[in-house]
Amino acid sequence: MTTVAATAAKTAKAAKPATMAQALQRAMRDAMAEDPTVHVLGEDVGALGGVFRVTDGLAAEFGEDRCTDTPLAEAGILGTAVGMAMYGLRPVVEMQFDAFAYPAFEQLTSHVAKMRNRTRGALPMPITIRVPYGGGIGGVEHHSDSSEAYYMATPGLHVVTPATVDDAYGLLRAAIASDDPVVFLEPKRLYWSKAQWSPEAPATVEPIGRAVVRRTGRSATLVTYGPSLTVCMEAAEAARAEGWDLEVVDLRSLVPFDDETVVASVRRTGRAVVVHESNGFGGPGGEIAARITERCFHHLEAPVLRVAGFDIPYPPPMLEQHHLPGVDRVLDAVARLQWEADS
Amino acid sequence: MKKSSTTVQEPPGAVVHRSTPPPAWQPRTDPAPLLPDREPYRVLGTEAVADADPELLLRLYAELVRGRRFNAQATALTKQGRLAVYPSSTGQEACEVAAALVLQEQDWLFPSYRDTLAVVARGLDPVQALTLLRGDWHTGYDPREHRIAPLSTPLATQLPHAVGLAHAARLKGDDVVALALVGDGGTSEGDFHEALNFAAVWNAPVVFLVQNNGFAISVPLAKQTAAPSLAHKAVGYGMPGRLVDGNDAPAVHTVLAEAVRRARSGGGPTLIEAVTYRIDAHTNADDATRYRGDAEVEAWRAHDPVRLLEHELTERGMLDENGIREAAEDADAMAARLRDRMNAEPELDPMDIFAHVYAEQTSQLREQAAQLRAELDASAEPADDAPGQGEAR
Ligand SMILES: Cc1ncc(C[n+]2csc(CCOP(=O)(O)OP(=O)(O)O)c2C)c(N)n1
Repeated sequence: MTTVAATAAKTAKAAKPATMAQALQRAMRDAMAEDPTVHVLGEDVGALGGVFRVTDGLAAEFGEDRCTDTPLAEAGILGTAVGMAMYGLRPVVEMQFDAFAYPAFEQLTSHVAKMRNRTRGALPMPITIRVPYGGGIGGVEHHSDSSEAYYMATPGLHVVTPATVDDAYGLLRAAIASDDPVVFLEPKRLYWSKAQWSPEAPATVEPIGRAVVRRTGRSATLVTYGPSLTVCMEAAEAARAEGWDLEVVDLRSLVPFDDETVVASVRRTGRAVVVHESNGFGGPGGEIAARITERCFHHLEAPVLRVAGFDIPYPPPMLEQHHLPGVDRVLDAVARLQWEADS
Repeated sequence: MKKSSTTVQEPPGAVVHRSTPPPAWQPRTDPAPLLPDREPYRVLGTEAVADADPELLLRLYAELVRGRRFNAQATALTKQGRLAVYPSSTGQEACEVAAALVLQEQDWLFPSYRDTLAVVARGLDPVQALTLLRGDWHTGYDPREHRIAPLSTPLATQLPHAVGLAHAARLKGDDVVALALVGDGGTSEGDFHEALNFAAVWNAPVVFLVQNNGFAISVPLAKQTAAPSLAHKAVGYGMPGRLVDGNDAPAVHTVLAEAVRRARSGGGPTLIEAVTYRIDAHTNADDATRYRGDAEVEAWRAHDPVRLLEHELTERGMLDENGIREAAEDADAMAARLRDRMNAEPELDPMDIFAHVYAEQTSQLREQAAQLRAELDASAEPADDAPGQGEAR
């Protein structure tokens, strides 16, 4: 890890990536430059640079053997990546969109997630599976799913999602360096979020599995990740007017789950709302709320609430604003935290 | 708009005459013939047998006899409760054995769940090969050490792995061929298609061997595919398809060897269909009488892979009563050793279930491991809290 961090610091000063997409691209580029076993593969990742341009320039710089346009077949992409990993490579796989990763589920659950276990550690699967996910970009159907609950429900996978440009770089470097498979969820509505990455501040490689407190507060904790972080930060600003001082925890990693940071925060504030845009029923929020309740019961002043997307297939783009949890829904939940037993 | 002979709009039904083909169309040309022969390739009972290497024939025979005995012994072990289940490959030993013998040490074998014999014939300790079916762990061996992928239970999913590994090896400049085994039912899975397509596009050094044993559990081939043969499927991917008599061990070996040579020399992948038959039921838990008649099974018994080769060797004077007896005794001794070793209780450490989920245990798994540890310690303690002691509650 130390060498990775050192190179990261160097290259970060040289370049000035301004968007999350560019930070991700730089993370792959640095990883490929440093480690010849890192290979990128997927649909349109070569000359086009990916439909979101995240792999832009990699094929030109490293050649088509290192950044490969594959046939259009997700199970094939991930399945061949398994074989490549068996032979000592470190594949970084791009799934073009969240809902198009589903054909690869069998490979993911039966082989990628289990191979280390099946072989008592003899065949680790150092595969990074990059999945642009979530809505808010006006995509037509099958382009806006939040599939994190499926991945979280599969032991053997790490599930990571950055919400800032810094984390996009730091977590992707960590994912590629990980000896375990990492499902790397890229919030596509943040791809073009700009400029938090100043070239002076050295880019760091974030260890997978640590949450971070993005904003401290005393009244309640908003537990969130990925695309909902910006919503929560805005909600926290707006809540000030109501006299509420909200703490915001960005999970960054759903598996492993950082109980410590979340529990410490909720014990301080005594109230918690989990915010995400994927469906509420059977969604990540249920697991998170249960964990908080089990560990913080005596500190809680109110039930742990969830603000999530509705339990519907992702709606058409002209209606998506009604589905996605926005600032108002978060504030409504915060209001409900002023809970009384008989209400 | 300028009038061009390739873009004229004609009323429906009119014949459009194009002066030249559209520029994008370029028919592919391939030097290797892609279509399989009409008849499965045979060596035994044909002129080709004259070219067969006597040493190889004897080796194949010894392995066939051992394989047949192995299947019987493993099936017996299910009856004694030593194996949870065993998918026998009786009738298919020629494919299993040829697949193992055709590979060099550095090559990789990608077996499916029925291919225990191939794995054992490649040299793996049988007890390690049976770990999965006994139930003490999923894969009982280190795949990298033996260059044998885990026996794959989900059908056809091991095929893209074989392609990826072969591709990676070729990128590295290593002389490695991957041989992947799949059943006739498995050819209907999407992963079969994706693997063959990737292999052909990447020109990967892979050989796919389909053991067409007539059934996928109960479903006959006719309900699995409408293709003239499974080997025909190769054509659409741009790789040669080969059809071989799967009960003719030297024939399977010859066809495989040719494909492996092609792959090794940069010629790309081959799809081979071996036509064979599953004499036993799907597994010990299956009732084969529900979907096939005795007459069919008996007809295939007359085309038995062990007898076919035995006949050839005795005809040639390479094998006599003594030799047959020796081979049988060798197989019996192997089976006895296997039985003894499988009768020993495997040593299990329950904590192993947490050991290999991640490179480093997550905090969630550490907690759960501690819980199991405590449960184990509690149950290991002497029972001094017998009921009726009237302890204060
Ligand atoms: C993906 C998948 N679907 C279903 C099964 C259940 N199953 C196990 S064996 C089998 C039949 C396989 O037939 P075939 O591919 O012809 O191989 P054979 O059993 O004849 O060796 C089925 C359906 C499975 N193992 N994997």
